[in-house]
Amino acid sequence: MIDMFLDRVRAVPEWALLVGLGLIALAAPFVVPSLATQLAMLWLMVVFAQTWDVLGGQLGYNSFGNVIFFGIGCYACAVVQRDSGLPYYDALALGLLFAAVLALVSALLFGAALLGIRGHYFAIATLGLGIAAGELAAGWDYIGAGSGLAMPLFPGALGSRELFFYYVMFAIAGACFFTLRWIYGTRFGLAMNAIRDDEDKAEAMGLHTTAIKTVAWAISALFLGLAGGVAGNMLGFIDPRDVAFSGATFGVWMVLMAILGGKGTLWGPVLGAVIFHITKEFFWTYLLGWQRVALGLLIVVIVLYFPQGIMGWARARQQARAGVAT
Amino acid sequence: MTLLLDVQNVTKRFGGVTANESVSLQVRAGEIAGLIGPNGSGKSTLFGAIMGAFPLDGGEVMFNGAAISHIRVGPIVRSGLVRTYQQTRIYGDMTCMENMQVSSRASQGNVLSLLRLKARGADARAEDLLAFVGLHEKRFERAGRLSFGQQKLLEFAMALMCEPKLLLLDEPTAGINPTLINGLIDRLQRANKELGVTLLVIEHNMRVIMNLAEHITCLAHGRVLASGAPDRVRNDPRVLDAYLGAH
Repeated sequence: MIDMFLDRVRAVPEWALLVGLGLIALAAPFVVPSLATQLAMLWLMVVFAQTWDVLGGQLGYNSFGNVIFFGIGCYACAVVQRDSGLPYYDALALGLLFAAVLALVSALLFGAALLGIRGHYFAIATLGLGIAAGELAAGWDYIGAGSGLAMPLFPGALGSRELFFYYVMFAIAGACFFTLRWIYGTRFGLAMNAIRDDEDKAEAMGLHTTAIKTVAWAISALFLGLAGGVAGNMLGFIDPRDVAFSGATFGVWMVLMAILGGKGTLWGPVLGAVIFHITKEFFWTYLLGWQRVALGLLIVVIVLYFPQGIMGWARARQQARAGVAT
Repeated sequence: MTLLLDVQNVTKRFGGVTANESVSLQVRAGEIAGLIGPNGSGKSTLFGAIMGAFPLDGGEVMFNGAAISHIRVGPIVRSGLVRTYQQTRIYGDMTCMENMQVSSRASQGNVLSLLRLKARGADARAEDLLAFVGLHEKRFERAGRLSFGQQKLLEFAMALMCEPKLLLLDEPTAGINPTLINGLIDRLQRANKELGVTLLVIEHNMRVIMNLAEHITCLAHGRVLASGAPDRVRNDPRVLDAYLGAH
């Protein structure tokens, strides 16, 4: 029964899946306008899961501080919008560019400092990085310190704001997906996997491991920065600890979504983000008061029963049936 | 014949332990050289010293006419000096073909050139080398699923894939089925003759190394005990003592 279903899914060509999903995504905010912001959050989750998986899944470096690039994007874009004096859309475009560049440059710097340490140590170091960033932002008056930053008002008609940011967020998620799809198909992607499997060996085979790791993190940061810039505007308000550098929510969710869908795969994080986000919203709607307990239980179930994620589980099932020993 | 590798008085200490003391060793281009010695005599440390795995406490390593003792592993490997490990090291979650393709010289390029190369796809050289070590039918299998002996063969094929001038092999026959050892000797000789790879081989199996190497160096307690043609080294009383424990 399950195998038959999995076979059906596998039989769908990737282009058909992409076109189908793309059409649904384009039409969705018109079909259910009340859910436009909610669906935009879904695309944000997809970006979170995909960008986390670049290091966590493909490169084997578990980062618990990736949310820092999201936060940098939030603030970078907001500051340009506040201080540039340009018309709304010009300021937004310039702000997003600045957000992307600043996130990318910080990833190069943090990468040079942190990517020399491995395993648990790297995880702890990045965790510290994320928390430190939140505390620094909460104490820096130029960016509103602890009281946060209110974003400029959207100039369009009532209701157009949600649609606008939905499509921008969708475009970023799509650009992220296709960029990663391309990269994983190149020798760079293969070299990332080699570093994940045995970094010392990869170095002893002449791969430029430091450059590969740093560039991978920078690509991940680029899309997180862009998403941060858009998310700040979409939410209308940036709080240093609860929005920008929200390690306890976004920071943890991005890890969980990638694991749930299947680390180290292209589609896993996308699938994980969709399932996680929908489940989470159901908890918030129907289990209010108990939503955090339910989410906690979900996390336990994910780790216990899907340690390899949905994609990993599906692959193991297929191999077991084909008679390959595991 | 020209000297390809010239190890001059290399000394390496780990705290109070002197793993290599003033070790000198030469490998000529095109030959198969052997490195023997009892357990703990400093053979693998010498490989590490040659490959730039750690800073030396003394001496100099020349490869292809250039001093390499002060440069890091990456540039040394890219200049054509490659090693394999005693405990095999392969990329376990990748297929054999992927293991091979990521080991090619092209994969040693910079990030931009890697982004221009396809990850997978037809690769005649990778397939030929997998066939050469007898793993062609396993090429789409995950490398982590192979047996230890097969992983060892895969690691050897990966090393050949990056077209080394000199290949350092750390106990290539350890853990390999005795009936396959003859096949492996044949492959090492063919890699040397047909692919033009100079070999320096650490080996405990005396029958293997005596048949394979043209020149053998024996280490004991971190020092060179004897060096020369296989017959001379085998019959050297100091070598016999070191192995059989006359002390």
